Amino acid sequence: MSQNKTCVVIGASHAGVNFAFALRKEGWEGDIILFDKDETTPYHRPPLSKKYLELEDSIHNNLLKPVESYKKNNITLALGKEVSRIDKAHKTITLSDGNSQNYDTLVLATGARAFVPPITGINAAKNIFTLRNANDVSGIREAFHASQDKKIVVIGGGYIGLETAASLKKLGAHVSVLEREERILARVTTPYLSAFFTNIHESNGVAICVNKGVTEITLEGEQNTVICADGTSYPADIIIVGVGIRVNTELASEIGLTINNGIEVDTSAKTSHSAIYAIGDCTFHYNKHYNRHVRLESVQNAVDQAKVAAANIVGKDTEYNALPWFWSDQYDIKLQIVGLSLGFDNSVIRKEGDKKFSIWYFKGDELLAVDSINNGKSYVLGTKFIKAGATIDKEKLKDPTSNLKEITKN
Amino acid sequence: MAKITFITKDNETITVEGDSGNVMQLAVNNSIEGIDGDCGGVCSCATCHVFVAEKDFEKVGEAGEIEADMLELEDNVSEFSRLCCQIQVSNAIDGIELTVAKED
Repeated sequence: MSQNKTCVVIGASHAGVNFAFALRKEGWEGDIILFDKDETTPYHRPPLSKKYLELEDSIHNNLLKPVESYKKNNITLALGKEVSRIDKAHKTITLSDGNSQNYDTLVLATGARAFVPPITGINAAKNIFTLRNANDVSGIREAFHASQDKKIVVIGGGYIGLETAASLKKLGAHVSVLEREERILARVTTPYLSAFFTNIHESNGVAICVNKGVTEITLEGEQNTVICADGTSYPADIIIVGVGIRVNTELASEIGLTINNGIEVDTSAKTSHSAIYAIGDCTFHYNKHYNRHVRLESVQNAVDQAKVAAANIVGKDTEYNALPWFWSDQYDIKLQIVGLSLGFDNSVIRKEGDKKFSIWYFKGDELLAVDSINNGKSYVLGTKFIKAGATIDKEKLKDPTSNLKEITKN
Repeated sequence: MAKITFITKDNETITVEGDSGNVMQLAVNNSIEGIDGDCGGVCSCATCHVFVAEKDFEKVGEAGEIEADMLELEDNVSEFSRLCCQIQVSNAIDGIELTVAKED
């Protein structure tokens, strides 16, 4: 049935690659072609700011799938190819090199790109990097080894900035993190966890500087100076910019697909156009558990949505219904998050040790999310309790000597 | 160099060789069905669950604390369960047999 059909995927990272293999596994017999402007065989992105950077690892140890498996599954990898336009009337995509490719089904896995804020002097700065792909890390490594003083300024105290700071510190750099808000991780977590991570970084020798809105970068010879609104300045051989992302919605927007914080899709991962699906970081999708639309930057969402799209494309009605989860590794700290805490009105901290605790977020009595620090048990049981809609005895939860398995009511 | 044998859900037996990295990477590089390793090998996703053959369990050793907790996410966990991203490839585990846990 699908033997003469072509499925084109734009974007070959976690979502696109997992989709391609899932579609083949679902029995799609036609062509599957993955386009990506990145020339590297698709790789895991989360390690880039963590182990991959710290251990100076090779990308070949971090491939999503071995090179041979694409051929074995008859999946065409068109790397180093940028898609410049979609023609939905003729079901064709056009590449920036002028070539075109027809499709029967199109899947947008376009992801996001690092945002570079319009800071005065940023374009002239030396050795300035974002961290989103393997090329970025190559640039950082090269600059790091060439630098004598290894003074690094990280602009932005979010997960990427903090993980990068931790990895570079372990490599022997002098690192300062400049955060615009009054605490790091302000957008994504609570003051308690922000304070914990501030402490962890400071005790490892990384300077965490808050209320530092960067206004200008000046360059004298090879030396950058990062200047903040409060008049303070920081010399930097290398600058890492980690201030968030912009979703790659342009191709979708040009053909009139509904865009709303991301490319809007239904629970089958289909966009507002019937032959076009979208998956991963670029999508704005309905989350059944929280009964609202969300856009997630996560491996979990990329992989799970990819599988749902593949099933629906071969005609198996499948609804996306996954509980989000995330992780971050910094120094000897493993943070695992399950659920979305947005909208919580009370929380409980269960402290089992200095570097072992969990924060449980509730709306009334409904458990929304759990942040676990070096505490797999809280993460795992939190996942189970959220899925089951369990009611938690908060007094028992608070008591670190209680058995976590016995903290539910009824 | 270690030889490691994987037994998949289709009862396919595949023996592969490796000398570094972790067992999940080795499995993914050899396209072993049912070992996904979505998190890249940092004990965060529980998609590389294997049952170590009883005869080999001593060689491989028990799961660490977070790994043991993560295994509880799995329904079909056994006393020989491991997340194979947490098993380093070395001569010490030469000849082990691992059964892939994933059923679908």
